Amino acid sequence: MKVQLRSPKEIMKLSRLGCFHQSKLSFLRSFLEEFKDWNYSRDLFELNREGYGRAVYSFSKNNRTYSLVCFANELKDDERSDRVIATKWDAAFVLHDGIPTTQDIERLSKNVPKQEVGRLSYKELTLSRANRSVRLFNEVVESLSNGRQPDKKVLSNVGYLYRTTAVYGSGKFGLADRFRVKNRSEIKGPFRLEMMLVYLVRQFTFDQINHIAKNKNPEKFVELDKEIAKGLGIGNSTGLGMAPFIVNHPTLLNNWVLARETILKKIREVEDVNKNQFNTFLNCLKKSITNVENWNTDSDFQKNKIVELLKDLKKTINYLDSVDINQKFLFNEIYKWAEKTVCDECLEYLVSIFMEPFDGIVNKFKDKMSSDEDKYFTIPTERKISELRDILEKNYFDILKLDFTQKENNHNFWFISKNKEEPRLGSRFEVSGSELEQPLAIARDIKKLYERVIVTKNSLSIAEFLIENDDLRHVVRRAFIIEKFPYSEILDNTIGEHLMPIDMLRLKLSFFGAIKFDPRSDKWLRICMFQGAPLPNQLHNFDDKWVYETLN
Amino acid sequence: MRSLSEIDTISKRALRAKGFSWGTSEEMGKSIKQLELFGLPGLKNLNQYLKIYDQNKFQQIKHVSKNNISENKFHCPISSGIGFLDQIKSLEKMNSVEFNKIAYPILFLSFVSRASEVLGKKILLKMDEKEFILNFNQSIFGNYHKNEIWENANNIFINFLDNNNSFSETEWKEMTKFANETFVDESDELKEKSAGAGLTDND
Repeated sequence: MKVQLRSPKEIMKLSRLGCFHQSKLSFLRSFLEEFKDWNYSRDLFELNREGYGRAVYSFSKNNRTYSLVCFANELKDDERSDRVIATKWDAAFVLHDGIPTTQDIERLSKNVPKQEVGRLSYKELTLSRANRSVRLFNEVVESLSNGRQPDKKVLSNVGYLYRTTAVYGSGKFGLADRFRVKNRSEIKGPFRLEMMLVYLVRQFTFDQINHIAKNKNPEKFVELDKEIAKGLGIGNSTGLGMAPFIVNHPTLLNNWVLARETILKKIREVEDVNKNQFNTFLNCLKKSITNVENWNTDSDFQKNKIVELLKDLKKTINYLDSVDINQKFLFNEIYKWAEKTVCDECLEYLVSIFMEPFDGIVNKFKDKMSSDEDKYFTIPTERKISELRDILEKNYFDILKLDFTQKENNHNFWFISKNKEEPRLGSRFEVSGSELEQPLAIARDIKKLYERVIVTKNSLSIAEFLIENDDLRHVVRRAFIIEKFPYSEILDNTIGEHLMPIDMLRLKLSFFGAIKFDPRSDKWLRICMFQGAPLPNQLHNFDDKWVYETLN
Repeated sequence: MRSLSEIDTISKRALRAKGFSWGTSEEMGKSIKQLELFGLPGLKNLNQYLKIYDQNKFQQIKHVSKNNISENKFHCPISSGIGFLDQIKSLEKMNSVEFNKIAYPILFLSFVSRASEVLGKKILLKMDEKEFILNFNQSIFGNYHKNEIWENANNIFINFLDNNNSFSETEWKEMTKFANETFVDESDELKEKSAGAGLTDND
């Protein structure tokens, strides 16, 4: 039996993309798989009694070493901010390519804590900073220094000791360009180095909190229990900076979604599902419900989605308890039932968990999720207008129906803030600056392109068309990209009045492997990464379904 | 040191700020990145060009033809370059293309390099006394290595080179002879025991 890939028209809508969840494909899980047999070591740990100072952690194998260099700084409570506009953080981190020399560490100490206004070199790969969780950090120090393990319930509510507020890579602020490292086999999957940084930062947070607690009360102090530590991840606050990324990297987006969709198709095509495979799926699903029940948020938008998700997950488990597991194409039957019965949030949740029993199918795709984007940049200008028109009609069908003369469809504009060089979203009818709009209104510009194309001679070449229509060159390029990469485009209006930018963030973060999405507004959210993940010393032998283990 | 990613972004934004379309700005970002990767002073030349862009009226070119002559003004290297890149498939049929007067010709060079990749052919580019061989946008070989602003070139000649070997058939045969030393003579016994696919070629 052949199952069709799900249509981009269905999947690439923001409301659907905003329902994606972590899966076996997620970058943080594939990072752990890749680095599980590397040697982990803490190479330097020079913190004072209060926990301020520097530390170095590394992964190495054969002749390759990646080192996380950490700088922990004193920060007053009123200086601590999650926002990207902050200029000081509790700690700052950089992933160095190789073993840093004393001179490297000195150089980095002058630049890394400054983050965006510091300068890095080609020897550095990723950069980040993080703040302590006000809700948790001091409480855990207090407990440990008094000889008690912290309250698991309190830990579970927050999920992390530190929260990063940005992770930079690929040439930002002088960091190494991707081309310098892209051929290394261990980092073929996207964002591996960012994941490594976050993972090692997590270990630093445990070491630092133990160190502070020990110095506070050496007599009574106990070390944070390893099982409790395992149940803690690293938080992340993410704002609009992440949203344009997925618009600006169309072939990369395609490769992420295409991998997920192809895997789903292949799982639905499995004719004989054995009992073990079904049980693995069902166990992961049942265990994961604890994660959903512990998913805390103040956002009504997310709360409603969680309520629906939980209701539908319970419905699904009832269905699975009675389903005939000996039937042919079992996962296709489950999928078809779910498609008719449950909400999108639950459907996409199930798609993620479908992957758990199928290593043989999933693993082949982990290294196919990167993209050499420059390869597809040049417009095939010898092609004809008739071909462009067909591409637009086939791939942007719903977009072409939008009326951008309606205020609500043309409400917002994306711009870059001058002081922080970060993307922002504003109403063009309320704030000034729309003349400096970024090229992220793809739907509107595609519609404009179509309106010109349909009054142009079919036989005209694209080269000739561009002579008079240079203002639409950026979307002509995209149209020829979507022809080859059907999941490369968000098929929705990214400037509409009712846009939920957090759907764009959620899409990207789900591929990272984040859980517990906690929208703080429609424009930023908090998440947790690596919660439940093995500690570095446990990597040689770990259960790859760790994500479904929780503190409870 | 600035990363190539930063160079791409800054070039794109600078061009957009001067009123170029986003699509053209994207092209220029990629081109400057490529020039810098090849060790040529792309950013320096773009910066100088943008500084005088508002005051100088450059000759904008839409249709690139075999001979592109401007009487007074220098051609804009960006519109000439993008036109050349876009129209490369039809220009190839002319075997060679000439321009007179291109401002900041290093910027034009980057588009010819990309055109070489589109065509899958090497291109010889002569700009005044300077010569460049563009190798499918994989490298630029030339007799110009200065890290300087190159304001104008008066005579520009572009020749599409045939895809010929850089070596003779004799040299190839000599090399083949060396290479064949890695082969094992196939005895009947080896044929029988080692031919995994059987004894015929077409099974």
